[in-house]
Amino acid sequence: MDRYDVIVIGGGIVGTAVLDRLARYELRALLVEKCDDVASFTTRANSGIVHAGYDCEPGTLKAKFNVLGNPLVWKEAEELDVPHLKCGSIVAAGEDGVSGLEELEKKAKANGVEVRLLSREETLGIEPNVADRISCSLYAPTAGVVSPYQMAIAYADRAILNGAKILLEAPVTAIKRSEGKYTICTPKGDFETSVVINCAGAHGAEINDLAGAEHFETTYRRGDYFVLDNTERKNVNTVIFPLPTAAGKGILVAPTADGNVIYGPTAVDTDDCEDTASTLDSLDALKKSVPLTYKRPAFNKCIRVYSGLRTLIEHDFVIGRSKIKDNFIMTIGICSPGLTSAPAIADEILSLTLESINAEKKKDYIINMPRHLRLKELSDEEIERLARSDSRWGRIVCRCEKVTEAEIIAAINSPLPATTVDAVKRRVRAGMGRCQGGFCGPRVIEILSRELNIPISEVKKGLGASIAPFRVKEVD
Amino acid sequence: MLLNYDVVIIGGGPAGMAAAIAAHDSGAKTLILERDVRLGGILNQCIHQGFGLHYFGEEMTGTEYAERFRREVHKRDIDVMLEAMVLSLGEARIVTALSPERGLVKVKAGAVVLAMGCRERTAGAIALPGTRPAGIYTAGMAQKMCNIDGYLVGREVVILGSGDIGLIMARRMTTEGAKVKLVLELMPYSSGLKRNIVQCLDDYGIPIKYSHTITRVVGNPRITGIYYAPVGEDRRPILSEEKFVSCDALLLSVGLIPENDLLGGLGVEMSSVTNGACVDENRMTSLKGVFSCGNVLHVHDLVDNVSREAEIAGRAAASYAKGDLKSGEGVCVCAKDGVRYALPQRLTKGEGKVKIFFRVDGVYKGAKLVAECEGRQIFAKKFAVLAPGEMGDIEIDKAGVDGDIVVRLQR
Repeated sequence: MDRYDVIVIGGGIVGTAVLDRLARYELRALLVEKCDDVASFTTRANSGIVHAGYDCEPGTLKAKFNVLGNPLVWKEAEELDVPHLKCGSIVAAGEDGVSGLEELEKKAKANGVEVRLLSREETLGIEPNVADRISCSLYAPTAGVVSPYQMAIAYADRAILNGAKILLEAPVTAIKRSEGKYTICTPKGDFETSVVINCAGAHGAEINDLAGAEHFETTYRRGDYFVLDNTERKNVNTVIFPLPTAAGKGILVAPTADGNVIYGPTAVDTDDCEDTASTLDSLDALKKSVPLTYKRPAFNKCIRVYSGLRTLIEHDFVIGRSKIKDNFIMTIGICSPGLTSAPAIADEILSLTLESINAEKKKDYIINMPRHLRLKELSDEEIERLARSDSRWGRIVCRCEKVTEAEIIAAINSPLPATTVDAVKRRVRAGMGRCQGGFCGPRVIEILSRELNIPISEVKKGLGASIAPFRVKEVD
Repeated sequence: MLLNYDVVIIGGGPAGMAAAIAAHDSGAKTLILERDVRLGGILNQCIHQGFGLHYFGEEMTGTEYAERFRREVHKRDIDVMLEAMVLSLGEARIVTALSPERGLVKVKAGAVVLAMGCRERTAGAIALPGTRPAGIYTAGMAQKMCNIDGYLVGREVVILGSGDIGLIMARRMTTEGAKVKLVLELMPYSSGLKRNIVQCLDDYGIPIKYSHTITRVVGNPRITGIYYAPVGEDRRPILSEEKFVSCDALLLSVGLIPENDLLGGLGVEMSSVTNGACVDENRMTSLKGVFSCGNVLHVHDLVDNVSREAEIAGRAAASYAKGDLKSGEGVCVCAKDGVRYALPQRLTKGEGKVKIFFRVDGVYKGAKLVAECEGRQIFAKKFAVLAPGEMGDIEIDKAGVDGDIVVRLQR
């Protein structure tokens, strides 16, 4: 049985950020993930907002980690070369919302977050397309957007380069404890460890139960989104929120770090931890809500709808050591602002881990990741030089997003290799454009088949489903 | 490296090839930039019959139709760059393209012909509710995988939309042994050709339900079925009548969109109806020296019409490059009263006959189509049936045109 000092369960934004921290120490660290890639569930389907932290209830863990996490996300997105945009946010309100904005301003002060109350004119200076009914707003300059899945993937890549391990398609089936050690059982083998860190997201409470740690009741809240064509990007400068309600931060209009625009999320309570099916009702609700803050909704420029799940445990994050099980550390119930909080949570988890195990910091570990070369960002001279030295730089596979064969091959050969069409898509955006992979899908399948040396019919979209399952002229 | 050509054609499908041949035959030094590995465009995956009746006077497959034009291109030794993706169309008609063989290429064009074709509307574009599993394909993608790559995307199939590619794929999947269980069409009529409804659905006993749509997709990670329901007058589904059908593949044939992304930021006047540029009878856009033809201009039903239209654009582009394309006072061509659009949208006053293409916005039986100029009727014809899925054309004499033209239905 392989032995580790620490095993992280779950490869979302929190799990990967934690692994990234652990990898900086002389620790044998393993992350186990049930899906075929990291960032496969909540991390891949959320708003991608880097929250300023003005709306969290002062004194909560959410407030603490949001405020600590915000500057870390900006710094680490640079280190990791992950698309990000510190575009600020506004909470836009009509005449009836002035007191609501003042409440938020008070919370912002208590949390130590910079905000400014703006008049309609000042708001228009920042965001010309707010709805006509908007009379004022609360501006938070430190907010913005980041690509959540690329952030998690980049943490995973950096952790691996620094010596940590990631095991995919390894759902935890049992957690045993004997002689001061844990055994983590998965279909890919059993692993011994001193410390367990539960970062299992939507399945966090189940993992606690498997380990015999504290039991939590979990509820889920689904949110549907529209993704708009990148031609809409010119109309949106900042993250536009309505006033928050008990159900959450409300339906926002925001640029994405990759140059699209999103409208969403709705907030639909569900008890199914796998429920990410959008519904007609929910999409209709978006159509009604978006115009309340934004005057140029363009639902006809939609290129995709998606849906994500927030996992709620009581009213705050659950972060800390189990009081029942030694060396079992929990970071669960991480709903919004989880993405922003992740690096700060990871720092906290690292300190808790180091209380359990003495470990030296590695002498030389990698902080600044090598730049990803993206055709879209290169000058003509750079494109010319690359295409001359490697013809794959001259072959555009994804026409909408201008992704070359070279970029796709780099993703397949990255520290945490992309092995599915969706994994390629999350890393380099092939298939993320307006044709949604209609043209490049079959080409990406071909490249994966060739590079991984597997038959076309074995190339998966993700989560085990093939895109080209049968041959023509095939007889049963 | 800056190359110089009289006419640069962007796209080497049926429109691009026909435009190139016409430009070359008019004496222009011509270049085709094609992003795929061979000329022919979507025709290369159209192994079914139904092409060429009008243009060649014989029925052939799409691949045969493409081959005829490919031969003509090669016979003339017209320059072709394959796997060349155009990145931008810049000021002064400098076209920048990238190809594995040539790297980054810049071409100064005397005239540019846009012939990029169209793309299919996706599940995302129609905001299809439900899960987002493997097993959902645009009909054209399924067609490519079947006819070029040799893969069948499913064995129990539902098709949403009744565009021509969807109908063709209903038949194609059936002949490959798949069971096409149902075709759903949101509108009370098909957006495809009547002959395809008969030959691809009726002949195979494949049911089509008009005024029906999908209410949600189920299954994850692979599709296991869909719920569907009839729609009311407002085209909203009536959820109380929702039904389920199992499937392992869903094909979408819900519309085609001209692929005009290159024009972003150039200020070309566009039509919000066709999603293509507004053009004159030479198929010149509002940007001087930039022409448009084929499905990038407006979506056609028949490739024969694409070829003819492209020849107009190719010849005119060659004339423009030589500096002898006549320009003159123009009039507008507008569509109203049941006519969705008429193309070209502008005409130059002068002599000669000119064809105006049009589409209607619903099914009309025994309707009279008229063209009026300054309130005067300059054309009238009664049609037994007019449907949105079938593009029509009328020919008018320019001699009688002295003001804006309105094309409309008279009932």
